[in-house]
Amino acid sequence: MSDGLMIEVANLTKRYAGHTAVSGISFSVERGEIVGLLGSNGAGKSTTMRILSCYMPATSGTVRVAGLDVFKEADEVRRRIGYMPENNPLHPEMRVREYLKFRARLKGLGWRRSRERVDVVLEQCGLTDVSRKIIGHLSKGYRQRVGLADALVHEPELIILDEPTIGLDPLQIRSVRQLIKEMSRNQTVLISTHILPEVEMTCNRVVILYEGKVLAADTPDNLRRLMGNGSLVVAEIAAPRIELQSCWEQHGEIDHFDISVTEGDYYRCALTPSNGTDLRPLIYSLVRERGWGLRELTLKQHSLEDIYVQLIRPRGEEEN
Amino acid sequence: MRAYCTLTRRELASFFVSLNGYVIIAAAVFLMGLSFVVMLYDLQAEATPVPITQLFFSTAFFWLIVLLASPVITMRLFALEKFSGTFETLMTTPVSDLQVVLAKFTAAMVFYLVMWLPLLAYILILRHYTRDAEALDWGLIGGTFLGIALLGGLFMSLGCFASALTRTQIIAAMISFTLGFTLFLLSFLPGHLPLTAGWVGTILSYFALADHMNDFARGLVNTRYVVFYVSLAVFFLFLTLRVVESRRWK
Repeated sequence: MSDGLMIEVANLTKRYAGHTAVSGISFSVERGEIVGLLGSNGAGKSTTMRILSCYMPATSGTVRVAGLDVFKEADEVRRRIGYMPENNPLHPEMRVREYLKFRARLKGLGWRRSRERVDVVLEQCGLTDVSRKIIGHLSKGYRQRVGLADALVHEPELIILDEPTIGLDPLQIRSVRQLIKEMSRNQTVLISTHILPEVEMTCNRVVILYEGKVLAADTPDNLRRLMGNGSLVVAEIAAPRIELQSCWEQHGEIDHFDISVTEGDYYRCALTPSNGTDLRPLIYSLVRERGWGLRELTLKQHSLEDIYVQLIRPRGEEEN
Repeated sequence: MRAYCTLTRRELASFFVSLNGYVIIAAAVFLMGLSFVVMLYDLQAEATPVPITQLFFSTAFFWLIVLLASPVITMRLFALEKFSGTFETLMTTPVSDLQVVLAKFTAAMVFYLVMWLPLLAYILILRHYTRDAEALDWGLIGGTFLGIALLGGLFMSLGCFASALTRTQIIAAMISFTLGFTLFLLSFLPGHLPLTAGWVGTILSYFALADHMNDFARGLVNTRYVVFYVSLAVFFLFLTLRVVESRRWK
């Protein structure tokens, strides 16, 4: 077993007739991490996941899961992976418990063990109340949980979820996210998504894919740092506009500012630092010094969305 | 083995949890009943030296049932799973392609045989009322059912193959119906072609499904026929397996 690495992908390429879905990507995932595969539609997320879960082989490159080669030791790898494909396909005519038991047996669990495990995952995914219902009659949120329960039922070391929250309402998304977080206590999780806040909320690390290549792979924090200076500070201050303007102009630390009117006597100032420092202490002391009113002082961090757009934009423009 | 049993059971159950299976069986029973009635009328008109089971096989009803039911039974097997995406969840479990193919074939086969069970009732009714054990001895019945089973093996494997080719059930049904019907029509070709002599005729005679069934219904079990059906079924299952594996090199 190789030093705690759960997934090692090296120079992975997958070509379909006519086009290349994934070209030479490499990344690795450590045990116990939640990693998000991020990318727009057609970036190669699903292809990568299908190769990882031994559904189809790569054209070239090596993929190892828990130190095992996904092509040569496919059955052993499949036993260690819980995979939920995109759109979570289920057998709609089966009952929840029956389906999970069927899946557990397929994954090689004994009669007794599968029964025990099904009870555990039913409980874990909050499905106990609907265990006798027909899957086709369940709401989408419940069906998604059935998919998750299926991925968990054989106690895999690695869980691969392809767009687990797609098409759910906000409440259901929250509960699914909660479930994923709970899973990650014992297992390694790889999620793909094109919804950025999802990655920000659930993942320790992000791998950004674009047109079959890895653009960046790091923690959300590091990615933000990579974007570097320019954390914007927003302050709402009650003071005469002219005074505010001259005050910001005097200070060298402030590179750029923007004042807009809000309700009441307050002005909303958006301030960009010149050298990447946090402007909040300075503003606070200024406000106190001059006896102004202050009702908001926030540091706006770059969201992953900004990072994503910035990473992708130059390439998109080159093409045009 | 465990996975094979689990899969077979699920496949078989899926025939019966939906209306699907019942409709097929009802249709088959209806046609069987019709042929039974027709046969009884014929028997009342004049006595015949031909065994009753053979009469049954020579009616259009028997072939109608086999040719129509087989595509409908098998169309779902792979096409539906590919369409709904469950094929992906299935193939990412530690189950081999061969197990999947065999399980689906077995389930279709068992369903096909269950569909034919009512025929046994007709035979027994006839036996009861004619009080003539000679007319329907167990050899005849056994031969008949062996023939039905062998024919089923061929048509089910052919259906599996057709279903594996596509993700649309209707297309799967059309493919297997066309293949099956062509195979059936081959039996009549020698009578209509001038080149029945020579090797073409010899080869075509191997495919004379209708003749085979007549022999089986007479209680005549020809090993050559058995080998023919089993090997053709294995051949089509092999093709199915190759199609299922094809996702690896596509």
